[in-house]
Amino acid sequence: MAYVAIADRDHEAHLHDPDTFITKYIWSQDHKVIAIQYGLTAIGIGLVALVLSGLMRLQLGFPDTFSFIDPNDYYQFITMHGMIMVIYLLTALFLGGFGNYLIPLMIGSRDMVFPFMNMLSFWVYLLAVLILVASFFVPGGPTGAGWTLYPPQAISPGTPGTTWGIILMLVSLAVFIIAFTMGGLNYVTTVLQARCKGMTLMRMPLSIWGIFMATILGLLAFPALLVSAIMMILDSLLGTSFFMPAMLAAGEIASYEGGSPILFQHLFWFFGHPEVYIVALPAFGIVSDLLSVHARKNIFGYRMMVWAILAIGGLSFIVWAHHMYVSGMNPYFGFFFATTTLIIAVPTAIKVYNWVLTLWRGNIHLTVPMLFAIGFIFTFVHGGLTGLFLGNVVVDLPLSDTYFVVGHFHMVMGVSPILVVFGAIYHWFPKITGRMFNETLGKWHFWLTLLGTYSIYLPMHYLGILGVPRRYYAYGTTDFIPESAMTMNTGITISALIVAVVQLIFLYNMIWSVFRGPKADPNPWKATSLEWLTPDTPPKHGNWGPDLPVVYRWAYDYSVPGAAEDYIPQNQPPDATHKTVDDHAEAVEQAPQDDGAPQA
Amino acid sequence: MAFAVVIILLVIGTVTFHFASPWWFTPIASNWGMIDTTVIITFWVTGIVFVAVNLFMAYAVVKYRHRKDVRAHYEPENSKLETWLTVITTIGVALMLAPGLFVWAKVIDAPEGAAEVEVVGQQWHWSYRYPGPDGTFGQVEHKLISRDNPFGMIAEDPAGQDDILVSSPVLHLPVNQPVKLLLRSKDVLHNFAVAEFRLKMDLVPGMVTYFWVEPTQVGEYDILCEELCGVGHHTMQGRVVVESQEDFDAWLAQQPNFASLAEQPAGDPVAGQALYAVCSACHGADGEGNQVVNAPKLAGQEWTYLERQLHNYKDGVRGTAEGDALGAQMAGMAATLPTDQAVRDVVAYIGTLPDNRPQSTVTGNADNGKRLYTTCQFCHGPQGQGYWTMNAPRLSGMSDWYMADQIVKFRDGLRGSHPRDLYGRQMAMMADLFQDEQALNDLVAYLNEL
Repeated sequence: MAYVAIADRDHEAHLHDPDTFITKYIWSQDHKVIAIQYGLTAIGIGLVALVLSGLMRLQLGFPDTFSFIDPNDYYQFITMHGMIMVIYLLTALFLGGFGNYLIPLMIGSRDMVFPFMNMLSFWVYLLAVLILVASFFVPGGPTGAGWTLYPPQAISPGTPGTTWGIILMLVSLAVFIIAFTMGGLNYVTTVLQARCKGMTLMRMPLSIWGIFMATILGLLAFPALLVSAIMMILDSLLGTSFFMPAMLAAGEIASYEGGSPILFQHLFWFFGHPEVYIVALPAFGIVSDLLSVHARKNIFGYRMMVWAILAIGGLSFIVWAHHMYVSGMNPYFGFFFATTTLIIAVPTAIKVYNWVLTLWRGNIHLTVPMLFAIGFIFTFVHGGLTGLFLGNVVVDLPLSDTYFVVGHFHMVMGVSPILVVFGAIYHWFPKITGRMFNETLGKWHFWLTLLGTYSIYLPMHYLGILGVPRRYYAYGTTDFIPESAMTMNTGITISALIVAVVQLIFLYNMIWSVFRGPKADPNPWKATSLEWLTPDTPPKHGNWGPDLPVVYRWAYDYSVPGAAEDYIPQNQPPDATHKTVDDHAEAVEQAPQDDGAPQA
Repeated sequence: MAFAVVIILLVIGTVTFHFASPWWFTPIASNWGMIDTTVIITFWVTGIVFVAVNLFMAYAVVKYRHRKDVRAHYEPENSKLETWLTVITTIGVALMLAPGLFVWAKVIDAPEGAAEVEVVGQQWHWSYRYPGPDGTFGQVEHKLISRDNPFGMIAEDPAGQDDILVSSPVLHLPVNQPVKLLLRSKDVLHNFAVAEFRLKMDLVPGMVTYFWVEPTQVGEYDILCEELCGVGHHTMQGRVVVESQEDFDAWLAQQPNFASLAEQPAGDPVAGQALYAVCSACHGADGEGNQVVNAPKLAGQEWTYLERQLHNYKDGVRGTAEGDALGAQMAGMAATLPTDQAVRDVVAYIGTLPDNRPQSTVTGNADNGKRLYTTCQFCHGPQGQGYWTMNAPRLSGMSDWYMADQIVKFRDGLRGSHPRDLYGRQMAMMADLFQDEQALNDLVAYLNEL
C-alpha cells in the first residue's frame, strides 16, 4: 500500500467521532474541545492567582491593617501567585489553549495527529492543577519559598510549607511537565506532519510559528525543571544532598553536605529563561496576526519575523544566567551572559519595528482585538527596554532583587502576554462560539486594564531604583525608604484592586455573549487564514467537511493591488488577472505542488 | 484618534514621571559612581527608543486609521529598511553593553591591599569577622558552629586567635578604604545589599562570595537582605557605620578577639547568687516572677537572651524609650551589675533555678492563637522553646502576662525602636500583626498550652 501523508488521511478523523455527551464534552479527543478545557482550567486557576495578588497588595498597601495576612501567608501568596501565573495560566493557556485550538485550524488539518494523547495531556494537566490546589489544604499550607523555589531555603526550616507544600508543588510541576510533553510532542508533530496541501512552512501564519517554536523550547527546557524537581524531592525526602550544602537548620547542624544551591539555580533558569519565551513567542505570533488582520495589511517583513522567532528561540538557551548576576556564581560568567542577553534585544527589536511598520500605511480598524494588540506593543516596548537594564550585568547590580525587577517582569511577562490573551480571545471568540461579544464592554475592559496596569507597574520601577527590595512583607524602619514610597504603595494597591475587579467586565462579557451574543459572521474580520474558512462556525468535529482545504498563498494577502476585496483567503487559487509582485506571490503560482507532499 | 492621544499622553506621562519622581537613587556613598553612569546611559538610550517607537506608532494610528474606500499599502518587506534598523539597534545595544562590561571588569577585580572583612549571614541576622592584626582569617569549620562558637572557628588555628568577632548586626568600615567583603552563610541563601553602595551579592552556604567597595561618605546606612530567606526575610536588617579611620580603629580596639573570648571565664553561679539578691526582691527567690511588681519569670529562660537583655538595659538600648517606665526601672537595676563578668555570673545563677510553669493569667481562644502562632514558630520554635540561632527567647512556660505586655510594647514602639536594638526591631516588625487585644489574648492562651 502506498504511503499516504498524514495530512491526507481523511478516514482517521472518523475513528474517534464523538457520539455521546461524555465523549463530546468530557473525554473529548477533539482539539477544539480540549483547547476550551485547557483554556477554562487555566483561566480558573489564574483567577485564584489574581485573588492572591490582591491579598499581597492589601498587605503592602495597608500594612498593619489585616491581621489575617501574616508573613507566613504573605510568602505563600507570592509563591503561589507567581508559579500559577507563569506555568499553570500562561504556559497552559498559550500552548494548551491557543495551541490546541489554532494549530489544526490554521494549518488545515482535521485534528492533532495524536488525539488520544491530546486528551490525556489535558487530564494530566488538570491533575497537576488539583495537586497544586491541594497544597492549600495540607498541614503547613503551600510552600512559601518564592516561585523560584531556591534551595536550601525551599526545603529547610524557616520557610512556610517545607513539609507538605513544597513536595506537592514539586510533584505538581513534574505532573505538569508530563502533561506538557504529551501536548507538546503532539503540537510539533502536527505542525510538521499534518499541514494541508500548499501550506509550506513559510506560508504558516505567525501565530503557528510562535506556538511551534515555543513548544520546541518547552520540550527542551522543561526537562531541566523536571530533573531539578526530582532532585529536590530526593533532597527533601531521602536526605540526599544534590542542592544542599553543610548548613544549619533551626539551630542544629543539618545532615546535608556537599550539595550546590547554585546548581539548582542554573537548572531552574535553564528552564526559566526559555520559559519567558515559551510565553512570549506565542504572544508575538498571535499579535502579529491580530495587527495584520485589523490593519488590513500584510505583516511587515514576514520572513524576518520568522527568522527572529527562530533566533530568539535559539538565543533564549544561552542567556539564563542573567537571572543570577548576584547569585555568587563565577563573576566572569557576567561578561558572557550580559553579551548574549543584549544580543537577544536585536531580533526582539526587529519584531517591534515590524509590528509598528505593519501599522504604517495600513488601514487600521480599531476593533477590540486591535486595541489589545496595539496596547501590547506599548507595554512590551516598555517591558523590553527595562530588560536592557537588568540584562546588562553592572546595571543589574543596584536593581536586582528590587521592585524594578517586579515592575519589569510584570510589564514584559505579565501585562504584555495577558493583553495578547485578551486580544486573541476577542479575536477568535466569534469562531469559537459562533457569536459576537459586546464591543463597548470590550473597549472598557481594554482601557481600564491598560491604564490600570501601567499605573501599577510604572511606579514600581522607581521604587526599585530607590532600592526598595522585593519579597518583603513589611519595610519597618529604614533610613532610605521615605514615607512617600509607602504612600505610592497604597496607590499601587488601589490600582491593582481596580484592575482585578475590571476583569469581571471581561468575564461577564464572555459569559453573556456565549449565550446571548448576536450570531457571528463566519469570517467577521475578513481574515485570510484557514480557521476563518471552515464550512461551519463553530467548526464541527473534523473541521473541514468532506475535503481538506488546499492552500495557494501565504496568510497575509491583505489589500493586494488589483484584487477585488482587500483580502484574499489562503485557499483561493491564484487568479490569472492578479499580477504577482513579490516572491511570496511567486510561490503562490507553484502551489500546491511545492510542499513536497506525495500525491495519493 | 482618542487612542493615539492616549498613547501620546502615556509617553508624555512616563517621561514626566521619570523626571518628577521623588524616588531615585539614594545619594551614593561609595566609589561606584560608574554604575550610576551606566544606568543613566541606559536610561537615555532606552528612553529615546521608547519615545520614538511609541510616538511613531501613535502617529501611524492617526494617519492610517480606517477610512472608507482607502486601502492599505501593499509592501511585504523592505530589506533595506530592515537592515538599516538592525544596524541602528546593534549600535544602540553596543552603546550600553560596552560601558557595562568595562565597569563590570572593575567591580569583580578587588584592588591589591584591600582590607578584608567577613560578613556572616544566618536566619535572620548578620554578624562580622575582621582578620585582626595578622591580616589573615582563621579557618572555620561548619560543623563546629555552636552557641559557644557561633562563627565555627577552629580553636587550634593560630591565624584565628586574633580574629575579631562582632556578634551584632552593625558593621563598621573606615571611610576611603577599599574593602573586600567576604560573604558566608550558615544556613540558606541571603543577599548583602546596601543601597548607598549600589552593590549586592548573595551569600551562599557552602562557599564564600565577595564584592569590594570603597565607602566614600561618613554615615550610617541600612543593610538589607535581598534574597528571600524565609519568613523573617524582611526583618533581616543590619547597619553599616562608615567612619573615619581613627573612629574605626578606636571601635575595633574595643571588640573582643577569638582568643580573649575563649579565655573569658564562664559565668560563676556562686558569685551570681550574691548578685541575684537584688533581683530576687522583684523576680522572686527562684526567679519565678511576680506579676504584682511587673517582674517576669526568669528561670528556664535562654541564657544568651538574658545576657543580651541585661546588656541592652545597661547600654541604654532597652528601657530608654519615652513612656517605658517599667523598662527604665529595670535599666536602673541592671546598672548595678558592674561588669560583663557580673552579667555572666548572675545569668549563670539563674540557670540553676528550678523551672516551674507559672499560673496562667490570660484567657483567650487557643485555637485562634495557634493560627496566629504560625509565623512566630519559625523563630520561637513549634514548642515555644526558642532558638538561640535566631536570638529568639523561650516562650513556653514563661509569664504569660509579661509576653502580652511586651508584644504591645514592641508594637507601640516602646521596645525595639532603639537604633542599636536590631533584634528588637525584628520583633517590632512582627508585633504589628497584633492590632487588637483579642488576637493578643488568643496567642498567649495558646502559648500557655505549649
